[in-house]
Parts: sequence; structure tokens; C-alpha cells
Amino acid sequence: MKKSITDYLDEVSLIYKNKNIFVENKDNKITYQKFVKEAKVVASNILIDKYYNQPIAIFISKSINCLKAMFGVLYSGNFYCVLDTDSPKERIEKIIETLNPVLILTDSNNIEKLGNYNFNIKTLNISSQDLNINNKALKEVNRRRIDTNPAYVLFTSGSTGIPKGSVITHKSLIAYTTWFKETFDINEKTIFGNQTPFYFSMSVSDVFSTVISGATLNIIPKINFSFPVNLIKYMNDYKINTIYWVPSALSIVANLNTFDYVIPKYLEKVLFAGEVMPMPQLNIWRKHIDAMYANLYGPTETTDICTYYVVNRKFKDNETLPIGNNCNNLEILLVNENGESAKENEIGEIFVRGSFVGSGYYNNKEKTELAFVQNPLNKCYPEIVYKTGDLGRYNKYGEIEYFGRKDFQIKHMGYRIELGEIETNINSLKGLTICATIYDNLNKKIVLFYESNSLTDDDVIKYINQKLLKYMQPNKVIKLSKMPYNANGKIDRVKLKEIYEKGNF
Amino acid sequence: MKEIVEVLNEVKPGVDYLKEENLITGGILSSFDLVMLIAMLNDKFNINITVVDLVPENFENVKSIENLVNKLK
Repeated sequence: MKKSITDYLDEVSLIYKNKNIFVENKDNKITYQKFVKEAKVVASNILIDKYYNQPIAIFISKSINCLKAMFGVLYSGNFYCVLDTDSPKERIEKIIETLNPVLILTDSNNIEKLGNYNFNIKTLNISSQDLNINNKALKEVNRRRIDTNPAYVLFTSGSTGIPKGSVITHKSLIAYTTWFKETFDINEKTIFGNQTPFYFSMSVSDVFSTVISGATLNIIPKINFSFPVNLIKYMNDYKINTIYWVPSALSIVANLNTFDYVIPKYLEKVLFAGEVMPMPQLNIWRKHIDAMYANLYGPTETTDICTYYVVNRKFKDNETLPIGNNCNNLEILLVNENGESAKENEIGEIFVRGSFVGSGYYNNKEKTELAFVQNPLNKCYPEIVYKTGDLGRYNKYGEIEYFGRKDFQIKHMGYRIELGEIETNINSLKGLTICATIYDNLNKKIVLFYESNSLTDDDVIKYINQKLLKYMQPNKVIKLSKMPYNANGKIDRVKLKEIYEKGNF
Repeated sequence: MKEIVEVLNEVKPGVDYLKEENLITGGILSSFDLVMLIAMLNDKFNINITVVDLVPENFENVKSIENLVNKLK
């Protein structure tokens, strides 16, 4: 009986023993057989302390080593949380505080950086560990584990400045990955070109669908995404035929007329998610590359995706792409303001029910209860569904169209960001009276307004650079002599938008 | 040279551009910085940096950026 995603990997690795599972560059790749062995070595080391169903943090930059650590944790019957090693110190500290891991895994490339933190937590360097596999201990884990144990916790940004960690069980992960594999026909011929980081939910799709189907995943070096010609050449060198990227990565390639010079010769499937794909750029791709294109939609809380749309008709540059329909084995509810099923042509909030739905936010009862709620359409028995906070409406084709966030959470450069988290961080700058942010949807810019007697734009920008992750950093900073407030004493964001649009500052 | 450094400082302040040799491979300029840099160079020097010129070697340091600009002017 398969209870863990690693049970699938065990089975597949017997068939594709000597095939590459992960490729980092021409000198660094690993076969299925060797990968399983090395992940089990990591697991055996973890099991020396007999941890079971405990959180384990991974402080390793994107590499095969990071994947070994992830699968090592899964084989050990515990659950992992991959940290962004380039994250501002404070964010990592907050995540560690919420997660309270029993162990931190690192490797020789990252151990020095980890030394900058004063965590009083046991560390295991997987580059210099004991190389034995403890089959007896691994067997015991298999006997004991259940599929509703978490596989991992992934943190997204939170409005109070405290990141939220979505808990995803093996059951959800298996259900989701099986759907992904079947829907997009991922098989032993698939060669993924991976773009998204392993601490980001999108990577769950390409990493785990690879391991359950005998495919190969190639970690494209990040630097290539700044240099489109090099990127396409790289894809051709490694015969990459399937990609699942954020739209901004696809757009960079399209914007620079890259396809006039070089074409990805092997590409068959182009999948994207994380933000709205701009139509002009999609049309450039479609014009030059004859492939299957699909728009995927979903939050970290539903493992990765809950609806998808395979692009099957022509779109004008000013039209928007629908997010499509529910994944197989998942149901989407559109719920109106009155808590009823939205009528035809009525906008409703998107709720998700089914096995992909996660188990809540780790160590955060309050936020969990706000988003993981009783199915509003089911009054008869307890049933938890996920309330996305996103709005949608059915179009004339019976597909869902996305209508944006219900609150202030935004999607920017593929990342989900709560404007509140940016504000909370910047408000901590000494000498700053108050700040507020708005999002310019049209130009994809985070705009920061601030009030201060002593600070200049340069001071604020400098502080932002050291305090916030790159993708959270405001793209425009505007100083106001006075912040506008509405009647309720809240910052008047409508007014801020006006000020910004009129250029009145 | 001075003008290039000015543009770089606008893209990302707080870096000693005259000393840095590996702006790209050293991870100093992100892909987003680079997009902004190219737009500003195109604007300021009235040039058109195409994707063919968009290779890491051309953006590693002030000298290589200057060479590129002079080539395209």
C-alpha cells in the first residue's frame, strides 16, 4: 500500500535505475538509483535521533543536494520546510520561530551562511555525514507512517508580517501529483526545465511529477533567465521538452524578440502559473513555438493548483486568459456575498474542496480558521474547504475567469505578497511616520507612500534593500507631506491611487 | 565611464561600480536590475541593445558595458 510519495519513487527507481532523475549541469547529475540511495542515507542520519512526524528545516540553496535533503526528510517520516537562503535574516528567523524545527539540514556550500544565525537547533551537514543506510529504521518508518502526516510546510507572506506555513500531507501531495502527471502526460520521455525555487509551491509540480513518472528534471541555472539567448541554447543543449514557469520568465524571452534568433527546438509543453500571463507575450510564444500551452491557477494551500485551462482558441492581445475549470478529483465552489452558490454571470469567491486542500497553517490557529472553513454549501456534516480570497466568474464557454483578490493580497512577479507585510517591515524604519502601499496592476508596480520629517527617498530605498526580499521591494517610492485618511481613520487607499494616477506628488 | 556609473547607481545604489568586476556572475545585478539597466542605457545613449548583445560578458563590469555602448552608438 502506498502511503508516502516516496513509495512511488521506490517503485519508479527500480524501472529507471540508471536514468538521470535530476540534472544540475554537465558535471552534476544523478541517476534514480543513486538518488534514492543518497536520500536514504540522509534519512538514516535523521533517524539516529528517532524523530517521527517532526518539522525539519532545510537551509540549502537550489541544487541536487537540496533535493536529496527534501527526499531524505520524506523517507525519514518527518516533514520538511525549504528555506530561501537569500532571504532577509528576519524572515528566516520568523519562519524558524513558527516552525520550531527539531533539526536543520545544510551542506558544505551553505553551512557558513547558516552560521550567521544563532539558532539553538541541531544541524546536520549532509555533505559530511555517516554514509550507512539503516534499512531497519526505514522499514519501521514505513510501518508506522500514515498518509495524513505532513510531507512539507511551505511559507508564504502574511499580512501581520508573520509568514504563513501551509501544511501539505502526503495524501494531498499524492492526489495532486497524480492529477498533474495524468493531465499533462508526464512520462519517462519528459525532460523538465525547472525555473521555480524549491521553497515556492510551483516547484512541487515539476519535482514530484518527475519522480513518480521516471522523467528527468533539469535545474536551469538562474543566471540564464537574464540572458534569453543563452537560456534557449541551454534548453536545446539539454533537449528540454516541458516547462512550467512563472509568466514573467516567459515574458522576458518574448519581449526581446529572442525567437528571431533562436528557437527552443524540443519544446512540447509550456505550462505557467503564479500570476496572470500577459496576452501579447503569450501570443508571441504561440506564433513561434508550436506547443501545448496551459494556464494553471491555484494557491500554495491547495498543494499548487486547483483550476487549469489548456489554451485552445485564439485570443486578441487585449483579451484575458481564463483560469479554466477544476482539476480532476477537485471541486471549485463560487460563493457569493450571501454565502450561496454564485448565479450565472455573478462574481463569487473561489472555494476549493477535495484532496489537494492542505491541512491549515502551521502553528497558526487564528489564520487557519479564517481560510480553512466549513463548506458554506454543506450544512449537514463537518467538511473543511479552502477559501482562496480570489474572485471568479464563469464566462460564456463555462470557464472561470479570474477577477483579482478580495483583499490586499497581490500577485507580483509570480509571488503572492500581502501589502501589509511590506508596510509592517518599512514602518519599522526609525524616523518614518507612516507608510502605505498600493499595487499598480497595469504596470505591475508596487508603489510605496511614506510620511517623514527627517528621511529622504534614498534613506527609505536603502532600508528597503536590506529589509525586504527583492520581489517585495516597492518599485516606486513617493514622499507625502501628509498621509490621507478616510472617515474611519484608516489610510485612504482610494485617495492614494488617485494621487498616484494623477502624478500629484 | 562616468555616465555608465551614474546609470548603474540609478538602477541599484550602494555598489562601488568602479571596483566590481563581476556584476552578473557575482550576483550583484538581478535579472530585474538588468532589465531596468538596458532600458536606461537604450534611452540615455540612444542605442538599441538587442537580445544578441544580451550576454553576461557584456554586463560584467563598467568597462564591458562601456564597450558595448560604444559599439552600438
